Amino acid sequence: MSIIFNSSIGKKLIMSLAGLFLIAFLPVHLGINLCLILYDTREVFNKAAHFMSNNLIIKVIEIFLFAGLILHIFYGIYLQIQNWMARPVRYKIENYSQTSFFSKFMIHTAAIIAVFLVIHLSNFYFKSKIFGEVPIVIYDGKAYHDLGILVIEKFKIPGFVWFYIGCFLFLAFHLLHGFHSAFQTLGLDHKVYTPVIKSLGWLYTLLVSVGFILIPIYIYFLV
Amino acid sequence: MDFILKIWRQQDSQAKGKFETYQVTGISPDCSFLEMLDILNNRLIDRFEKPICYDHDCREGICGSCGLYINGRPHGPDSAITTCQLHMRRFRDGDTIIVEPWRAKPFPVIKDLVVDRSAFDEIIMAGGYISVHTGSAPEANTIAVPKVKAEISMDAAACIGCGACVAACKNASAMLFVASKISQLAVLPQGIVEAKERVRKMVARMDELGFGNCTNTGACEAECPKGISLTHIARLNREYFAAKLL
Ligand code: FES
Repeated sequence: MSIIFNSSIGKKLIMSLAGLFLIAFLPVHLGINLCLILYDTREVFNKAAHFMSNNLIIKVIEIFLFAGLILHIFYGIYLQIQNWMARPVRYKIENYSQTSFFSKFMIHTAAIIAVFLVIHLSNFYFKSKIFGEVPIVIYDGKAYHDLGILVIEKFKIPGFVWFYIGCFLFLAFHLLHGFHSAFQTLGLDHKVYTPVIKSLGWLYTLLVSVGFILIPIYIYFLV
Repeated sequence: MDFILKIWRQQDSQAKGKFETYQVTGISPDCSFLEMLDILNNRLIDRFEKPICYDHDCREGICGSCGLYINGRPHGPDSAITTCQLHMRRFRDGDTIIVEPWRAKPFPVIKDLVVDRSAFDEIIMAGGYISVHTGSAPEANTIAVPKVKAEISMDAAACIGCGACVAACKNASAMLFVASKISQLAVLPQGIVEAKERVRKMVARMDELGFGNCTNTGACEAECPKGISLTHIARLNREYFAAKLL
């Protein structure tokens, strides 16, 4: 059992499981973010963010989330390097085969998403967790981090809005292959269900990316 | 028909190869790609030049020797055929055609367009067989094989081991080949007996030989002359997990 992860298929198993875990996390994050534009005050968003950072169960899940992210990145890079090494001499002309377009650029879209994550985490997550540079608001006599104002300030900067939108387009690009690919790696292939999974992948990607992209646009123009 | 050929020439496995350009004229549209190379070779020999080395055997799409990477695709521009089944009418008069050997670390170039594909044999030797004694021609219905299973097995067994999957894959992964060799046995009663050991050993050998990792890109399926499907790769994954985890 332990040595399964030494094999190519075992490493891909980790990639797909970690990927699916991250896929499951995105709608949760989106749901909380949407609170910021669905309600007139920042209260619901701030309370939701407070719940997410203080609930014990969520804290445990958060550890798994970061572990999943790190594993996904680590094995992604490891497998990619092996793949490059498997063809030391390249073709003069290549890539004319009929393939799934999005699958060819996973490492490239991943690199952009990684840059985004670093910026994103340092803007919001680390700020509130480590540096404590977040303004405080009082709701019902209790103090909360006003993360909402932090987000709104950022999304008033046009460059940041563009950057954010761009990154989510790349994430969509990554997901369009990643979603159904994870199932194939798990060996879950079926005449009827595989096309359904592929369609679900498109739907998921559409909803998640449009959802995330709408938020900065809404805040920039309407808040 | 006339063509300009840019062909990879490499003296031996150690030498640094390069592309040479050849003009071939007066080729019949009904000439096969390999016949066209034969004609070119005869002309080269007449001029006391070294003929171009390329692999071939059956010339009817069943042996899998004739792998050439033509204009960016294994076995050329058509789907579901081998290079020996490709005809010059598929190209336009005056076309420039670029011919390269399979490129993968486990498939070193021996000379010109010939690569050493014994890595595939090594994977088979690791477990791609049935060692249980099946006796001599048994009564056909002693071991019942459901029709669907027989079909899956036959589809996988269509693999001729040409290596186009590895050549096409951006990762030089051999997963489609290994998946075919696993699938053809794993679904049959005779093959199930050694299924776990087989998949463990074959995947381990595949990894050791330095093939890349599958990223479910699908170039292998698109270029396989026998149209072997990615479904078999999913089965290989399932078989592997079952062997390792259960
Ligand atoms: S020479 Fe046998 S398949 Fe082409």
